[in-house]
Amino acid sequence: MMALRERALVSLQSVPSLPKHVRIQYDAVRQAFAVLSPEKIFWPNEISLDILRRCDGQSTVDHIIADLASDYEADRKEVAADVIAFLQEWSDKLLVRL
Amino acid sequence: MSEPILPPIGMLAELTHRCPLQCPYCSNPLELLKANRELDTQTWLDLFSQAADLGVLQVHLSGGEPTLRRDLEQLIAGLSARGVYTNLITAGINIAERRIEAFVQAGLDHLQLSFQGARQATTDRMGNHSGSHEKKLETARRARAAGLPLTINAPIYRHNIEEVPEFIDLALSLGAERLEIANVQYAGWALANRNALMPERAAVDRQMEIVAAAQERLAGIINIDFVPPDYFAVYPKPCMGGWARDAFMVTPDGTVLPCHAAQTIPSLRFERFGPNSLAEIWTDSAALNAFRGTKWMQEPCRSCERRELDWGGCRCQAMTIAGDAAATDPVCIKSPIHARMAMLSGETGRTAKPASADEAFIHRQIGIMTERA
Repeated sequence: MMALRERALVSLQSVPSLPKHVRIQYDAVRQAFAVLSPEKIFWPNEISLDILRRCDGQSTVDHIIADLASDYEADRKEVAADVIAFLQEWSDKLLVRL
Repeated sequence: MSEPILPPIGMLAELTHRCPLQCPYCSNPLELLKANRELDTQTWLDLFSQAADLGVLQVHLSGGEPTLRRDLEQLIAGLSARGVYTNLITAGINIAERRIEAFVQAGLDHLQLSFQGARQATTDRMGNHSGSHEKKLETARRARAAGLPLTINAPIYRHNIEEVPEFIDLALSLGAERLEIANVQYAGWALANRNALMPERAAVDRQMEIVAAAQERLAGIINIDFVPPDYFAVYPKPCMGGWARDAFMVTPDGTVLPCHAAQTIPSLRFERFGPNSLAEIWTDSAALNAFRGTKWMQEPCRSCERRELDWGGCRCQAMTIAGDAAATDPVCIKSPIHARMAMLSGETGRTAKPASADEAFIHRQIGIMTERA
């Protein structure tokens, strides 16, 4: 029996969350936030961290983009392109669930 | 040492050398430690706590078979209380009912389950344990039912290299997030069984193509990590990310090592946790400092532009094959004895045999090789 899983594609209606095996944690020794996953540890920059923190299983991608555009006082279109590309990359690595 | 010592980030804890399987590719040393040499619960907990203080974020609980430790739940809980990410590396045999749920309750983050073959006959034969394949399937189902994320680990050698496509199907059918296709590293028992385990070059090439295609096809569905076979490579791997650079391992009796095979380097003496704190060992151990950074390197490593990519490769392989732990890893094409790898992998020496040929293994067992005093 094969599991019929499919690659998830990011849309504005997607509601991203962090899967159970991924967590964001502050590391006091290195004074930075780490993303812990089964074999790898990531050190996201400020913007990546701001996206990941909003992957709360409740906010839509559309909402996350609007929120970030307002926080960074940035062009919504540019933010949208960056956020969608980032989330697709992290979803493809199974680090974000859509 | 003028190069700064980084805080360690990852730790592999070999809680025990006891194991229900007898895999001939095991990376444990030939001199396996008996149960009476294992650290007790409190000492492991102290070690984990010191590791967290030092900066360790991830602990891999391994062995032998770590679930043979009756205090595993307690050890997981201790790590979890410190926010350390826990990964249980298990053979998945004879794990008592409800115990996986207890691991989850204790805070286990992830489970990695090994399969010696994708087929029942291969798994049962390689581990020398009849019924092991079926038990592993059951462990995988129980782990998923308990909500644990799952990695399937497929160690690859001559006897299962043709099963790689089946490993991929197996991992998908078990709902794994991750599949590790790891060509065996020839250290410990695997080194003793190297001639029997070594695959053919043509099979290695086929495997690489299959894995690369699957990685692309299954992006976003399953992560497939590939550990390429050293003996067929052009450049060495950055073994453990560099000797004592940001990771270490601990043997069942508390000896702190930079890697599995480090004790095969006769000039080095490794310290045990207990008599020494982990911080003291990490910064002051002469053995850990012996091959840190790049200062120890000889040519061609010393002036190589890859020296901080692969850190000279594997010191133990240099010892085993070049007879000098400070030599360039012979896997590297720049090594003066690189040609020896082709000879050892049988390209020039061995006549082709079908993969099913029943070669004699030394099956891993405690006590058949003399224990170190």
